[in-house]
Amino acid sequence: MKKVGNHNSISRKIFFSLALALTFSLTSLSQNATPAAPAADSASAPAAPAATGGGDAVAGKALFNANCAACHALDKKMTGPALRGVSARHTKEWLYSWVANSSAMIKAGDATAVKLFNENNKAVMTAFPQLSKQDIDNIIAYTDEKKPEPVAAVGVTPDGKGGQVKEDGISNNVILGALSLVMLMLVIMLFFVNNVLTKVAKANGIEVADKEPGLPIWKAFAKNQFLVLVTSIFLLLASGYFVYGWMMQVGVDQDYEPIQPIHYSHRIHAGSNGIDCKYCHSAARVSKNAGIPSLNVCMNCHKNISEVSDTTATPEHSKAFYDGEIKKLYDAVGWDGTKYTGKTKPVKWVRIHNLPDFAYFNHSQHVTVAGIECQKCHGPVQTYEIQKQFAPLTMGWCIKCHRETDVKMEGNAYYTKIHEELSKKYGVDKLTAAQMGGLECGKCHY
Amino acid sequence: MSSNKKYWKSVEELNENSSIVETLRNNEFVEPIPTEDFLSDKESLSSSSTTRRDFLKYVGFSTAAATLAACEGPVHKSIPYVLQPEQIIPGVADYYATTMFDGFDFANLLVKTREGRPIKIENNTIAGAKFAANARVHASVLSLYDSMRLKVTKIAQKDANWQEADLKIKASLADAKAKGGQVVLLTGTLASPSTEKLIAEFIAKNPTAKHIVYDSVSESAALDAFEAVYGERALVDYDFSKANTIVSLDADFLGDWQGGGFDSGYAQGRIPQAGKMSKHYQFEANMTLSGAAADKRVPMTVANQKQALIKIYSIITGASVASGKVANEDVVVKAAQQLKAAGSKGLLVSGIQDKNAQLLVLAINQALGSEAFSTIGTRQIRKGSNEKVAQLIADMNAGSVHTLIMSGVNPVYTLADSAKFVSGLKKVKLSVAFSLREDETASITNIAVPAPHYLESWNDLMLTKGTYSVVQPTIRPLFSSKQFQEALLSWNGNGVSFYDYIKANAAAYTAGTTWNKAVHDGVVVGTPSGASAGSVDYSAAANALASSKGANGFELVLYTKTGLGDGQQANNPWLQEFPDPITRVSWDNYVTVAPADAKKLGLENKIVANGGLNGSIATLTVNGTKMDVPVIVQPGQAVGTLGLALGYGKKAALKEEMQVGVNAYAFYTNFNNVQSASIAKANGEYEFACVQSQKTLMGRGDIIKETTLTIFNTKDSKEWNEVPMVSLDHKEVEATKVDLWESFDRSVGHHFNLSIDLNACTGCGACVIACHAENNVPVVGKSEVRRSRDMHWLRIDRYYSSQDTFAEDNEKKESFNGLFGDKGSLGGFGQMENPADNPQVAFQPVMCQHCNHAPCETVCPVAATSHGRQGQNQMAYNRCVGTRYCANNCPYKVRRFNWFLYNNNDEFDFHMNDDLGRMVVNPDVNVRSRGVMEKCSMCIQKTQLTILTAKREGREVNVDEFQTACSSACTTGAMVFGDVNNKESKVAKLAEDKRMYHLLEHVGTKPNVFYHVKVRNT
Repeated sequence: MKKVGNHNSISRKIFFSLALALTFSLTSLSQNATPAAPAADSASAPAAPAATGGGDAVAGKALFNANCAACHALDKKMTGPALRGVSARHTKEWLYSWVANSSAMIKAGDATAVKLFNENNKAVMTAFPQLSKQDIDNIIAYTDEKKPEPVAAVGVTPDGKGGQVKEDGISNNVILGALSLVMLMLVIMLFFVNNVLTKVAKANGIEVADKEPGLPIWKAFAKNQFLVLVTSIFLLLASGYFVYGWMMQVGVDQDYEPIQPIHYSHRIHAGSNGIDCKYCHSAARVSKNAGIPSLNVCMNCHKNISEVSDTTATPEHSKAFYDGEIKKLYDAVGWDGTKYTGKTKPVKWVRIHNLPDFAYFNHSQHVTVAGIECQKCHGPVQTYEIQKQFAPLTMGWCIKCHRETDVKMEGNAYYTKIHEELSKKYGVDKLTAAQMGGLECGKCHY
Repeated sequence: MSSNKKYWKSVEELNENSSIVETLRNNEFVEPIPTEDFLSDKESLSSSSTTRRDFLKYVGFSTAAATLAACEGPVHKSIPYVLQPEQIIPGVADYYATTMFDGFDFANLLVKTREGRPIKIENNTIAGAKFAANARVHASVLSLYDSMRLKVTKIAQKDANWQEADLKIKASLADAKAKGGQVVLLTGTLASPSTEKLIAEFIAKNPTAKHIVYDSVSESAALDAFEAVYGERALVDYDFSKANTIVSLDADFLGDWQGGGFDSGYAQGRIPQAGKMSKHYQFEANMTLSGAAADKRVPMTVANQKQALIKIYSIITGASVASGKVANEDVVVKAAQQLKAAGSKGLLVSGIQDKNAQLLVLAINQALGSEAFSTIGTRQIRKGSNEKVAQLIADMNAGSVHTLIMSGVNPVYTLADSAKFVSGLKKVKLSVAFSLREDETASITNIAVPAPHYLESWNDLMLTKGTYSVVQPTIRPLFSSKQFQEALLSWNGNGVSFYDYIKANAAAYTAGTTWNKAVHDGVVVGTPSGASAGSVDYSAAANALASSKGANGFELVLYTKTGLGDGQQANNPWLQEFPDPITRVSWDNYVTVAPADAKKLGLENKIVANGGLNGSIATLTVNGTKMDVPVIVQPGQAVGTLGLALGYGKKAALKEEMQVGVNAYAFYTNFNNVQSASIAKANGEYEFACVQSQKTLMGRGDIIKETTLTIFNTKDSKEWNEVPMVSLDHKEVEATKVDLWESFDRSVGHHFNLSIDLNACTGCGACVIACHAENNVPVVGKSEVRRSRDMHWLRIDRYYSSQDTFAEDNEKKESFNGLFGDKGSLGGFGQMENPADNPQVAFQPVMCQHCNHAPCETVCPVAATSHGRQGQNQMAYNRCVGTRYCANNCPYKVRRFNWFLYNNNDEFDFHMNDDLGRMVVNPDVNVRSRGVMEKCSMCIQKTQLTILTAKREGREVNVDEFQTACSSACTTGAMVFGDVNNKESKVAKLAEDKRMYHLLEHVGTKPNVFYHVKVRNT
């Protein structure tokens, strides 16, 4: 009896600890739901209007971003000089006329203007006659704002908003751990129950009879020819199934995610910044290749974007890491910050999507003619930190889509006659790619 | 049931007393195997550093390593441009207009480039661009990627650089100027206004300099005659489309006569329209393309042709000139009378290399008032002077040439007395060669400068007077080459680039347009004025010609082949493998002998068991020069003449496989293409790579259908374009109406058809090379071609016929009666197999017929070949397992099997075996591997692209927008491709034509390729 009591106490302890563990995991899960209020606070802080000189800094910021940001930054010299505190350097009147038409001032021989012109590699500033004096005042107000104190890293904010990402993983582990604990406990309990029962039986004087030593089970199995036959057929079929499955994945590189020479994040470009896929992969509109953009395309923006904003950084990749990757781009294209040096180092990207040579695929057919979203085959690219192969790119995958997809014929004069004739022939209103002949071997293999 | 017979392997075994029988019976291995010796030698076994265990370890390790390595997929790198040029979009082809002239061939072109590599030559079809590409021009894109090109400047055969060479040349020029030594610029015909101006400036700077123009294959006689009459060194640009009676004496105007390029004009008159077509007489010694196309061809020695020319001259002009005996007088007189009757619609041309003969040609055409003959816009593409070249060689040997600068010529190879040139070259103080390859000449000059290919350089050309064309580069120079013109600019002390120099000069020719437009279009057509004839004593010329002496013994008539031409592109495997249209022999030149002469001399051709052609070898002797040459017995060769092609037998800067044939230039004494020769049978037999072994049609009338203009005009098409009848339900029905299968509905969408007009096809072979380039067709080499493993997707079959109509053949066959006698089948079949002495010739391009009921599709066990709705018979290479059932079941024999891997394989050291040569490969078409069947795809990559372009632009496909490589290369209009479902298209109309027929109609394959009955104006 003592032992029974003992057993009970152990199991109770275990139950208690399990309950504790579950409570913890629940609380940690509930944390995910709390809104990230502190982050919003810190973001809005620098935007507080510091009205100086009668301008509206908020309106000024919008104007600045629309008109000036291509060549000017607040704190850094780009094509034009850094503009923070520009009102301290020049009089307002001078600034008005400079913005309205700088080259006229240079021509007129204004000493400051000429000096400025020469300092900035003789780059002529675009004239903005459309900006009113009030607009310019607003911009000046914006440029006169004080440089915000660097916001403390997001991860350090109290109540661990930054810890979110990790906690998802932890809570899963906790649940798994708890489950295995329960299992372990059940096994132990069974053992104890068995023990106790045997003891009780012994105590009551009941002898548990030993089983007759019969044939070992494997020998019995081997003797039963029918069973052997069925099992071997089953094993053969099963192994055939797995071998086939294994062979079918040879050369299929779904989820291939190689490390690239430059860590290029589609998440930042296509996701956060919402850049259209075809801005960089412009060849997809007219060519069979979508094309890896040439580096001069990168430089369209990166001439002026030499570092990422603080909010771009993630726990995995710091701001310094991303800035380093932009440096790699500059190195490859031969950009020293102000001009091209001519010393280029072409980037050797690792090709991810590799169709075999005997399969012909044309991007423009799918992108321009059919109007298919890039994501249909390439997956949610805007969320990929590292690009990977989303689709299996097997023939079955192509065919499936060709069977299911209706051809986009509206407004395309090419299809007018064919559509009329074919829809009459098949008695349907919409035609799939397969009905158009999109399953013929020679359409893709030549 | 087994038997107890005694089997024996050799007679020796029957001898019971033989000891060797006993030994053999008991011992399988006659020689003892030396295992004992080997294993008992413990010493050497133990001293070996590799033990058995080590060996096994290595084997195990390498197997495991190989297996592991195979698990890892290869990593492909992709390198984008750093700065992408605006015009280039990867995956999209760009086209640039340019012009080609290499001293022999010329054409107005569009060059297709992909990612900055020129990969295909197309014809420039803009108005004014009149010269289309021939087979050699189509192949010239591969010569750009010739791995044997001269890559760096060489001084005394050692690698150097241009700066050093330039200093040396400048010093030599200064020295020549100081000492008054002669400076000679030896070039081919330039036809370039800017280059000629540069040379004039050079001569002004170096008063002792002179410019000598040298054509390897001379047209000097015609040039001299034209110069004598019109005061201008040029050739007439005949317009054959304006002539309806054409008489040609040894002028192969469909070949390379006076540069060629007359075929599109000629073909216009050959398609019967409103019951009329041109009439063409051909008197010639060798069987040529023009002779094959002629309505009446008379084999004639050149000596006889001269007399015939005088006869025609006297008939047309009425001048009384006593000619010698005229052979075939009736035909000659008939031709002359018809020519006279045709008047301004008549034309006489001649390739006789004799100034007097050429004067008579001018006189006859003047007398006719021929519209086809015009002195406006004369051809500037041959300027060479035989006398000046002879003078130069004499000067060189006399030691009076100080500096010799050559560009684009290879006299050591192309001169008959090249030994004299070489000895003269040694006496020249400084010799320089600007050359594409380190050829025979460039390898012995003091300085050899790599010249850029025409696809790498700027230039301007004036092919015909008044028409200005621009040569623009389509790729950055592959090697550190230096253009001759750039060098001239440097020697003239002119700092500008040759591009700027041309641009500055262009103003004079591009009036009314801009430089950019001229570069874009490739040509600017001006308004040239004609020349008026001076007074020349034609009858004196006729008398001189009448008394000219014939050859002693045989007349050896030298000619240029369709494949290699003058031999500049001898290292081009496409051209080497191109079968000669007439003899169908590739990879060789040979002496052609008339069947009658061959019989006398004991020369023969025979077909051996594997289908290869073997020929006797003969010794040719001309002026004491002897050469052993293989023999082709050529039906239609004039008795008493021999033919031999120039351009072969090159050795320098050639891959080993390409060093074929004999150098006939050695016989080209005094630039005369007719030489007295003697021929004798030599020992041995020569193995040809000939792709055609049949010689007669033997009554198989429905492969080629032929008729005469009279029958065509007067009788119903059922008579001359008979549709075979078959029995269906005991009723006679047309074979084309019977279907074994249910037919698919082909009325929706596109349905592609290819029309081939046998009347317009001249057999020029441009389509064969264009197909090679477009479809990455591999080159297999001479020995594989001999085994009938050639890979040509498109072949041009040549048929000889001994009777005038095939019906007569059939009739003769039907009326055989018994084995022997006049109507005996034994002798009769023999007769039919023997080609006539002067057979008629028909060419028939054959590619995959894209049958709607294709026999190949039904036998493929893996469904690798299937039919598309658009009419194309599709071949999925990746599905093919290589059973070759399809090829066996194809009635047209157009399927080609890849017996080997032809790319990246040292056994096939042609262009696909090196990185440079592979640059010509079309990235839109697969490169097939070993064990795969391949065939014509009807250029599905091109039709698909046309459809895609239309879809992208949201429009219908334009009428006649569809093209295949062969149809766009065909300039005679013989091949027309298009969509028969578009009733506006040319091909839809041609499909309804009365002359239309399908190949082997009775088989019921319903092909999508159709032919037009050949009509002869006999």
